[in-house]
Amino acid sequence: MNSALIAADLAYWAQSLLRVLGGLVAVLLPAGTVVYLFLFKMMSFMQSRLGPMEAGPYGSMQLFAEVGKWLQKEDIVPANALPEARIFKMAPLIVLASTFLLVAVVPFGPDAWFTDFEAGIFYALAVSSVSVLGILIAGWSSANKYSLLGGLRAAGQLIAYELPMVLAVVGVVIQAGTMNLQQIVVAQNAGSMFGWDGAGNPYVLTQFVAFIIFMIAVQAELTQTPFDMPIAESELVSGYMTEYSGFRFLIFFIGEFATAGVFAMIASVLFLGGWGVPFAWFGWTDINSIDNWMNVVGPLILFTKMIVLVFFIMWVRFSFPRFREDQLQRFAWKVLIPVSLVNIMVTAVLKVAF
Amino acid sequence: MTMLGDRQQLAYIAAQAADARVNVELETEGMTLNIGPQHPATHGTLRIIARLDGEQVVWAEPSAGYMHRGYEKLTEVRTYPQVTALVNRIDWLGSFANEVPFILAAEKLMGVEAPARAQHIRTILFELSRIANVSLFLGDLGVQLGAVTPVFFAFRDREYVLNLIEAATGGRFHPNFDRIGGLKDDLPAGFIDETRNVMKKLRTFCDQIEDLLFGNEIFQSRTRGIGVIPKDVALQYGLSGANLRASGVDWDLRRDQDLPMAWNKADWKVWTHPDGDSFARCWVRLQEVRESTKIVDQLLDTIPAGPVMAKVPKIIKVPEGEAWVSTENPLGEMGYYVVSQGDQGPFRVKIRSASFNNISIVPWVLKGVYVPDIITILASLYFILGDIDR
Amino acid sequence: MSSTETPTEAPRDERRDAELARIVGALGSSVVDSLVKPNDDIWIRVSADAWKSTGETLKSLGYSYFGFLSAIDWLPSPFGKGEEDPTEPAPERDSTIKQGYTGGSTRFQVIARVMQPFSSLGVNIKVDVDDSMAIDSWCSVYAGANWHERETHEMFGIGFHGHPDLRNMYLPTDFEGFPLRKDFPLLARIVKPWPGIVDVEPLPGDNEEEGDAS
Repeated sequence: MNSALIAADLAYWAQSLLRVLGGLVAVLLPAGTVVYLFLFKMMSFMQSRLGPMEAGPYGSMQLFAEVGKWLQKEDIVPANALPEARIFKMAPLIVLASTFLLVAVVPFGPDAWFTDFEAGIFYALAVSSVSVLGILIAGWSSANKYSLLGGLRAAGQLIAYELPMVLAVVGVVIQAGTMNLQQIVVAQNAGSMFGWDGAGNPYVLTQFVAFIIFMIAVQAELTQTPFDMPIAESELVSGYMTEYSGFRFLIFFIGEFATAGVFAMIASVLFLGGWGVPFAWFGWTDINSIDNWMNVVGPLILFTKMIVLVFFIMWVRFSFPRFREDQLQRFAWKVLIPVSLVNIMVTAVLKVAF
Repeated sequence: MTMLGDRQQLAYIAAQAADARVNVELETEGMTLNIGPQHPATHGTLRIIARLDGEQVVWAEPSAGYMHRGYEKLTEVRTYPQVTALVNRIDWLGSFANEVPFILAAEKLMGVEAPARAQHIRTILFELSRIANVSLFLGDLGVQLGAVTPVFFAFRDREYVLNLIEAATGGRFHPNFDRIGGLKDDLPAGFIDETRNVMKKLRTFCDQIEDLLFGNEIFQSRTRGIGVIPKDVALQYGLSGANLRASGVDWDLRRDQDLPMAWNKADWKVWTHPDGDSFARCWVRLQEVRESTKIVDQLLDTIPAGPVMAKVPKIIKVPEGEAWVSTENPLGEMGYYVVSQGDQGPFRVKIRSASFNNISIVPWVLKGVYVPDIITILASLYFILGDIDR
Repeated sequence: MSSTETPTEAPRDERRDAELARIVGALGSSVVDSLVKPNDDIWIRVSADAWKSTGETLKSLGYSYFGFLSAIDWLPSPFGKGEEDPTEPAPERDSTIKQGYTGGSTRFQVIARVMQPFSSLGVNIKVDVDDSMAIDSWCSVYAGANWHERETHEMFGIGFHGHPDLRNMYLPTDFEGFPLRKDFPLLARIVKPWPGIVDVEPLPGDNEEEGDAS
C-alpha cells in the first residue's frame, strides 16, 4: 500500500511487509467470510436448517475449527502418484498462487492498491488462467481415474469459459477507454448518466449484458454449480480433488472461495464502481482530490459490493442442478460468445456515436 | 475460427493433445470405470462396472449382491409373524408396503379376510409409506443431478409422515404392524386430523419440488430424452410401477386387481407419460405422490367402524397351498409367492421385488450414454438396495 | 371366518376358466396339469421339453409382462427349523417329497409367472426339473429372465441351456454349494439354535387356544 495513508514515509521493507500482510488479508478475509456467511449459514438457512452452531457463537468459529481439523490430518500421497509426488504436492499451490496474483491488481482505494498496471485487466484475465494448470496437474498426477476425468473436464470447461469472460470485459474497456483498473473505477464514479451525476456511471447499467455474461463465466471459472462437472460430487466423488487430504485439500478449499471473492471484487470494480462512491456526493473532481479517509472506507465499500455479488454466485450454486459437460460447452460456445460479440459491437458503435 | 483465431486454435490443439495422450497412456479400447459400491450417488451398495470410450459408455453392468441377506432362506425357519417383521426391511423407506402382500397371501391361504376397518387403515398406511418413499426420491433426484437443496426439504417433509406412521404403529421405519387377520392395533386419537394437516404440507412440498426442480431448464435438459425405454422392452424386462407407466403403459395394480384393500373406495387417477425417458419417470412419481395424498384424504373421511382384527387363533397354522399376491408398491410391483405345507411357518417364500427387475434393464439402457447420464438414468429408475438384494 | 359367500360350493371363476381354456388350447399337449383357483390365480404345469415354447406361446397370447422366475425345492428340510435342543438326539423327520399345486414328480420345480398387462391376469407356470438339473432358458423370449435365471442357478444349481452368461448374481464366484436347497443348512441356526423356543411359558392367565382356521 502506498504510504499516503501515513504522513511519514515508510522504509521499503516496511512497505513490503504491509503489502504482504495486506495481500494475505485481501485474499483470506473474503475467503473466510464467504465460507462462513454463505456456505455455512446462507446455504443452511435456504435448506431450512441452522448450520454449524456449536463452535463459537452461532458457529462463527467453525471455520477455525475446520482449518485446525484439516491441518492435523495425515499427509497422504497415493502410492501410484509417488513418482510425481512433487508435482502432486505443487498443484494446490499453483491454484492458490493464481488467486494471490489476481488480487495484486485490484484497487482498494484511491491510494490503496498493490500495483497500478496500465494493462490491469489484461493481466488479471491472463493470470486467472494459471489455475487451470493447477487443476489439470492435480487431476493427472493423482493416478486415479476419477481425478483424471475430473481434470480433463475441468480443462475443457475452464478454457471454454475464458472466452466469454474476456469478451465481456472488452465491452467495459471500450466504454472506459482504458485497461487500468484504477482508471475504470474513477471513470465510473466521476462519470454521469445523461448529465446527472448523482449516481456516477456504473457500467452495470450500460453493460448489463456483459455483466451477466461475466457473472456466468465467473461461475464456470470457479467450477461452481451449475458448472461443477469437474467436481461432480455424485459421480466422481471429488473430481480432481479426490486424492487430496489434509492441508492440501485446505489449500484447494481456500483457493476456491478466495477466488470467488477476488473475482467478485474484480466484477465490482469493472461494473459496480469498485471502491468508490459517486464523486459528486463529496464534490471530488478527480482522483487526486479524494480525501484520505477514503483509503480506509474504500476497502470496506469494495468488500460490501463483493459480498453482494458472491451472494448471487452462491445462491445460484445452491439452487440449480448441474449441466452435463457437452451442454456446458454448447452453452459457452454457441450462446455466450456470440452474445458477447454482439455486445462489443453495440458498445463500440455507441461509444463512437456518443 | 476466424475472429477468435489464436485462442480457439490453442484450445483446440490442447484438446487434441490431451486426447492423444489419453489414448497412448490408457490403451485406446477405453477405460473401465467402477462406480461404487461406496459412492455418494448409488442409493446403497450397488456397483456399476462401466467400460468407457472417452465419456461414452460402451457397456455397463450392475453388480448387485453386496447387501444380500438371504431372505428367502431365512423365511423357511420362521413363523408367519416373524417373517412379517423380516420383510419390513426389504424396501426400508416404505416399509409397511412390504408387509401387505405377504399378509394378504397368508390370509388367502387361510381363507381369512381382514375386517373392513383393518383393510381401510391398511390402505391408508400403505399410501403413507408410498408418500414417505417417493418424497425421498424427489429430494434425492436433486442431489444426483447436483441441486443440493431439495433433499433437505424432502427430509423435512418426510419427517411429518414418519411421525404419523410412528404414532400409529410405534415404528418410524419398520412398523411391523400387519398381522394375519388384520392389524395389531387401532389408530390413535387425533390421527385423522393430524394426517390431514400433513397431507396439506406434502402437497405444498410437491409444488415446491415442481417449481424448484422440475421447472428448471437445466433439469429438463439433463433428463429429457435420456434413457428412453420403449413399452415392449419395459414389459419384457418386468419393469413395474412408475417406470412402466412412464413408458405409456396404463396399468396400476391398485386399480386393476381385486384385492381386499380399500383403493376402490377412493376416486383417484393413474398417471402415465408417453415418453419413457428419465423426465417421464420422475414426473410420474411426482404426480403419484400428489395422487396418494388425495387418496389418503378421501380414505380418512370414510373409515368404517368395527374391529381391526379378525378372529384368528393364537397360534396360526396356515393350511397347505400356494398363493401369490402382488401389490403396487412405491418401487413397483412387489409380490410374494408363498408355499405352505400346513406349518406355523411358510415352506418357501419367493420374494419378487420390484427393483430387481428395474435394475436388470440397466445393461440395455446404458449403452452409448454419457457418464453423467448413468447417474441420471439410475436416479430416475429408482431402486433401493434392500429391494434388489433381499 | 371364511371368505366364500355361499357355504355349499365355491363359485366358478369364469374369466379365469376361459383364460385357462385359451392357454391350454394354444399349448396343447405340453400342459401336463392345470388348476384354477377361483378369484385367485391360474396354475399350469408343462413338460420340460416344451418349456421354452410355452414361453413363446404365452407371449404371443398377450402375456407380455415378465413377473418372476424361480425354483422350489420340495424336499422337507432335514434340519428342521433349528429350534430343537442341540443336546438331544435329532428327531425323526419325514422326508417324503410332496409337491404342491398341479403336482409334479421331481424334487425341484421351476416356477415362472407372467402377466397380461391391463387385465392383471397372470399365470403361474411350473415345470419339473429332472436329474440333469437343466432346462431351457427363457432369455430369448423374455429379456428380463436373464437375471432371474442367474439367481435360480446360483441358489439351486439348475442350469439353463442357452443363457448367455450364467454367472453368480449375489454370491462370490467361488462359493460352494447351493444355498436355497433344503439340504444346505442355515448356518445361523446350526451354530446356535434359536433360543426362543427352548423355554417358553404361557403368559399368566392365558390359555393356549388350539383351533382350525377355517
